[in-house]
Amino acid sequence: MKRHGAALGAVAFAVAGYAYVVSRQDWWAAALARLFPSLPEAVFPSATVADLVLQHLEIVLISSALTILVGLPLGIWVTRPSGKDFRELVAATVDFGQTFPPVAVLALMMPLLGFGLRPAIVALSLYGLFPVVSNTVAGLEAVSPAVLDAARGMGMGPWRVLATVELPLAARVIMAGIRTSVIINIGTATVAAAVGAGGLGSPIYSGISLQNGAWVLEGAVAAAALAILADTVLAQVERAVAPVA
Amino acid sequence: MIRLENVTKRYGETTAVDALSLEVPAGEVCVLIGPSGCGKTTTLRMINRLIDPTSGRIFVNDGDVMRQTPESLRRGLGYVIQSVGLFPHLTVADNIVTVPRLLGWDRARMGARAIELLGLVGLDPAEYAGKYPRQLSGGEAQRVGVARALAADPPVLLMDEPFGAVDPLARERLQAEFARIQRGLRKTVVFVTHDVDEAIRLADRIAVMRDGRLQQYDTPEQVLDHPANKFVHDFMGADRALKRLGRVRVDSVMRVDAPVASGGRSPEAISKRAACSESRFVYLVDANRRLEGWFDCQAVKREGSADTAITAVDWREVSVRPDTSLKEALSRMLGLGFRSITVVDETGVLLGVVGLADIEDTMTDSDAHIASAPAGGDEAGEAEG
Repeated sequence: MKRHGAALGAVAFAVAGYAYVVSRQDWWAAALARLFPSLPEAVFPSATVADLVLQHLEIVLISSALTILVGLPLGIWVTRPSGKDFRELVAATVDFGQTFPPVAVLALMMPLLGFGLRPAIVALSLYGLFPVVSNTVAGLEAVSPAVLDAARGMGMGPWRVLATVELPLAARVIMAGIRTSVIINIGTATVAAAVGAGGLGSPIYSGISLQNGAWVLEGAVAAAALAILADTVLAQVERAVAPVA
Repeated sequence: MIRLENVTKRYGETTAVDALSLEVPAGEVCVLIGPSGCGKTTTLRMINRLIDPTSGRIFVNDGDVMRQTPESLRRGLGYVIQSVGLFPHLTVADNIVTVPRLLGWDRARMGARAIELLGLVGLDPAEYAGKYPRQLSGGEAQRVGVARALAADPPVLLMDEPFGAVDPLARERLQAEFARIQRGLRKTVVFVTHDVDEAIRLADRIAVMRDGRLQQYDTPEQVLDHPANKFVHDFMGADRALKRLGRVRVDSVMRVDAPVASGGRSPEAISKRAACSESRFVYLVDANRRLEGWFDCQAVKREGSADTAITAVDWREVSVRPDTSLKEALSRMLGLGFRSITVVDETGVLLGVVGLADIEDTMTDSDAHIASAPAGGDEAGEAEG
């Protein structure tokens, strides 16, 4: 427990320090200029890191919310009698969703949804579905049949069994799936820049095409910091929802 | 009261339960017994509609179960299963009041009920109410399971091999406790087991099943002494006389007039005080009548000295409780190499003594009793080979 607290403190300190440096645009510019002395323009000119992070968060939050909104009910449904028959089909589909590269999904979506936020969100939502659905199914199926038999035998209806027995007991596994999905999403969301949705992918893509390593670094470090922060916060949530330690 | 009329359950080609008719009078324990696959659990689960019958009707307290929603029906039927199925994320107290919570009792009433029931099943509320199921032993978990089934005071209990998964010692204790609780509460109980001894010990009536059909439905004595067919005869086993001892409690045959001597440690003093007349042993007790040992009068006569005649004992190791079955007492005697065994209460206070001769008398008595009893079995009409 003590070690856990120390690790948590270290992460919070590092992220806070980084955030402070970035928020002071002149410090940040000076740091990058020193790292890349040969570059004429070491700081990404189109937007500040703070703005890019906000854009990125918007993409991640919307797509992850959609993933959970679709994935959780889907996982619940295929473990109900009415959805049992679709279990394999759903598993195969979400599995395929993750093996399919998000950039390719973006390319396929463009003719349908055009440019901007919408195709990015659709691609990312599909890509993050797998861990949410598979962990929801795994968590619900791990609930002991004896517990379910007792719950039904004592007069709980199907919804009550789900809400007061199955979901609380599966909460930790489901939450772990959501955490994995969100973390993957934060990294993957950099592709959104390819369809003009902005976010931390913008300096990376621009940096690659203009051979500006500083810009690539600027976007990548911010994305990594965001992922670490999200992981830490969601791990705390996971602990909080765990019914019994 | 529970009544099954011509109940059949088919799964495709297989018939799990075949035209079963059965009536369990209010306040009685009906034990469904038979080899695995005989349909006993299916029968039980049809009563609370965890399984719906293919045909036939089931009545609980004169209400057709098919005319109630499964949920409201089940809230009136206590349910205990072998694997207990306590909710791992809830405390013992919260587990116990599951049905009261469904019924919308207020918090204070639920808390009081949980404490009352923990006491009833022999668990200290202060210690156990706040524990989680993973902190309980198998026997303790099943006690909580029984408490949970009793929480809303349902008139009917359905028990599916409730003591099947605990070790023999804990099972013995749970059976004794269940018998004690049932004597006080008089629930209508349907109890599934494959353990003949358990059935004989707990049943008012035994329903022997095979391949989904009822073979015999009668009192344990009748089933033991007048098996309806070869299957019942073989299933109850060759040691039927011994099994019948499982029906009799030690305190119903123990002798309470065994000579005792208290106080004084020296053999001579005891030798003088002990009234060695009819009985071979004089039991030594402390000021609270707690058993400390015994004095062998024959040894004194044989050896002329009282030194070797005293045996000091720990009552926990050599005694049985009043609600122990004679079968268990006999087995303890054989194990200890005694011809009689002391009966003590939970604090070690000597209540009486049971000897081999007393057990023999019981066996002949019950033979006489059964021989003279009218060939009852009015419910046994369903029996068929």
